[in-house]
Amino acid sequence: MMDITQNYFEFLALPVTYQLDLQALSERSRALQKKLHPDRFSHLSDRERRLSVQYTAYLNEAVATLKHPLSRAQYLLKLEGIDTFSESQVQLDPMFLMQQMELRESLEDIADATDPDAQLEQLRQKVEQEMKSLREQFDMNYQQSTPSAHEAAAVCVRKMQFIDKLGREMEALEDKLFDE
Amino acid sequence: MALLQIAEPGQSPEPHQRKLAVGIDLGTTNSLVAAVRSGEATTLSDEGGSHLLPSVVRYTEQGVVVGQSALAQASVDPFNTIVSVKRLMGRGVADLKGLQGEAVYRFSERDGGMPFLQTIAGDKSPVEVSAEILRTLKARARATLEGELEGAVITVPAYFDDAQRQATKDAAQLAGINVLRLLNEPTAAAVAYGLDQAAEGVIAVYDLGGGTFDISILRLNKGVFEVLATGGDSALGGDDFDLALAQWFLEQLGGEEVVAGESRYLTEKARWVKEQLTERDSVIVDLEHAGQKISLTVSRELFDGLVDSLITKTIRACRRSLRDAGVELDEVQDVVMVGGSTRVPAVRTRVEQFFQRAPRINIDPDRVVAVGAAIQADILAGNKPDSEMLLLDVLPLSLGLETMGGLAEKVIHRNTSIPVARAQEFTTYQDGQTAMMIHVVQGERELVSDCRSLAQFVLRGIPPMAAGAAKIRVAFQVDADGLLGVSAKELSTGVESEIQVKPSYGLDDNEIADMLKASYSFAEEDMLLRNLREQQVEADRLLASLTQAIQTDGESLLTSAEIAHLTEQMGILQTLRDSSDADAIEQGVKVLSQASDFFAARRMDQSIKNALKGHSIDEIEGDA
Repeated sequence: MMDITQNYFEFLALPVTYQLDLQALSERSRALQKKLHPDRFSHLSDRERRLSVQYTAYLNEAVATLKHPLSRAQYLLKLEGIDTFSESQVQLDPMFLMQQMELRESLEDIADATDPDAQLEQLRQKVEQEMKSLREQFDMNYQQSTPSAHEAAAVCVRKMQFIDKLGREMEALEDKLFDE
Repeated sequence: MALLQIAEPGQSPEPHQRKLAVGIDLGTTNSLVAAVRSGEATTLSDEGGSHLLPSVVRYTEQGVVVGQSALAQASVDPFNTIVSVKRLMGRGVADLKGLQGEAVYRFSERDGGMPFLQTIAGDKSPVEVSAEILRTLKARARATLEGELEGAVITVPAYFDDAQRQATKDAAQLAGINVLRLLNEPTAAAVAYGLDQAAEGVIAVYDLGGGTFDISILRLNKGVFEVLATGGDSALGGDDFDLALAQWFLEQLGGEEVVAGESRYLTEKARWVKEQLTERDSVIVDLEHAGQKISLTVSRELFDGLVDSLITKTIRACRRSLRDAGVELDEVQDVVMVGGSTRVPAVRTRVEQFFQRAPRINIDPDRVVAVGAAIQADILAGNKPDSEMLLLDVLPLSLGLETMGGLAEKVIHRNTSIPVARAQEFTTYQDGQTAMMIHVVQGERELVSDCRSLAQFVLRGIPPMAAGAAKIRVAFQVDADGLLGVSAKELSTGVESEIQVKPSYGLDDNEIADMLKASYSFAEEDMLLRNLREQQVEADRLLASLTQAIQTDGESLLTSAEIAHLTEQMGILQTLRDSSDADAIEQGVKVLSQASDFFAARRMDQSIKNALKGHSIDEIEGDA
């Protein structure tokens, strides 16, 4: 029913690139919110209000997807025909998996450490460093625009998903430490 | 500004056509109503000049009493005098056991576990009790503003879940109030504060009311108030400070079990002491217990010690929200204090220590929420078509579905911007399975049993297939009020099931209709008349906005054949509208809406293009 055929980048009039100008993203988003948000239609007919909810929901989804480096990478790959959003099983190289296991073990140890806050911070820096390097690798591969390079970019995304999950587990641990 | 006209009602209101809209702060302890008058938002007082309406409802054999005179009888008549009903909104009987001090009421449980309060006037749901408070405020507004209300913006704690929001909206419906929007209290406070200061940048709103705590992190930018993250505790507030002190009283008195009236008596004394301690270092309080009189000295230090762990809870939530917002502590430019409980000196000190800056206390923390809501209501009623102000909110708690093993699978994470629509696909786990239970939950925990159960429904008619072969798509849609709708569909057959989520502890539509009838003792004719009027208003709205749309964009977006067709359809609805057949008008509105849908969509698309005009060209040239 909603006629939105453009991809998220086109919808927001942004160039299709991984090095996204986040400032521009939030400016475009605000400009569109001012036109589309249901509050702009509160005194109009039901139909228009419903249409506005649909458009705004699409806008919010677009902004949320493009804002975060991981989902932005996944979305770029999806535009190239590689869907990493709904993969359930992936193969990754043993080196990377070993390293993940080590990181995970150090996370588990933190709960019993004498200074968990400092250790958590240390781990966080390590993880952020890893994430940054994966982003750079992704962008390099993505820009090459060949099928094999895109496949390499997809491997980066899968690794980023691992690290992202670890990041969320760190947050959960942080919450738990606060609550004790 | 051609763009702005899209959102205009069709005619710019003349001063004498201003629509009356109010902001209502439906608080745990006190409630307020505010309105924009002569360009300024102010709270409205009752005949006696008081602005705060104590959120207390007393049922007597003669009728219902709301406010101060009800509060005065709270100790004498505890079972029929309902205080802090907001704490019961959208809750099940099981939840209430966790709310200490609230157990003084006699609850009767009905289907679905929604608690009803036993009073001399019969069993009352928390929704009905809240509706009494809203009715009183509505009457006050009508008397002060001298006219019928177009609608109201009602504030809710940002941390309210779907069940609590729905219960609030139901209460408004019972009170005969058209809800323009449910607005989060901290956002309302930010509006009152932000417009006042013309602020830009990141602000934190620390809102500690009688029964709820909220922390919201917002970014203000050219009239747009964007909530980045919100957190808190919908069962923590100044009442808990009173309870902690009352508990201490009880220990000093010998610690026996208390009866209902005495618990009220002690918490009222505790509240008095708490209030005195905002100005003084120590207070002597006289208590009567078991026929004996006793004097106790309470120092501020002692009090601070009693409430310290409660304040710590709020500070933890602040830290979490900053992290969720992706904002560093030093980016926060201002901290705004809202809610009467922020008057407690220890609260101010701890908040200042955490944020490393003095919080703003210059706006009356009791009134600021109602004032912000009134400003928003004025805009939503269409009185200020040129206003740039826009409030963008987030979902406070993650929404999910129950999966195998009692686990909650999140579909929409907390702090996602709303409105939002999202879908997830599930599959059957047994061969030949023909039905699937959809259980919608809200909360952050992994186990369904630790989350709030919002609704359960069954999708039937799935054709028998091998396990894992059926594809069931469950779609969530959250509107701008934060209210959820869920639909489920089996993709290979198209079997569909859709519900507006009515919380497990909510009232269903029939119950509300019955209560409406009972409360107004509407004659059948009145109900019919009301329905007719509602349909006519909807028809007028549609006709006015279409007329305006054709005038503005007809030439550029429609062919002459399309214009002719729409005009013809509009003529048909106009004729129907002047009849007295509500069903026919409703049908006519549907037909015309469908016939004009494509036009509305084209206008949306055009307004998107215009909003981003210039950008695309720059960008494409720059990055090519």
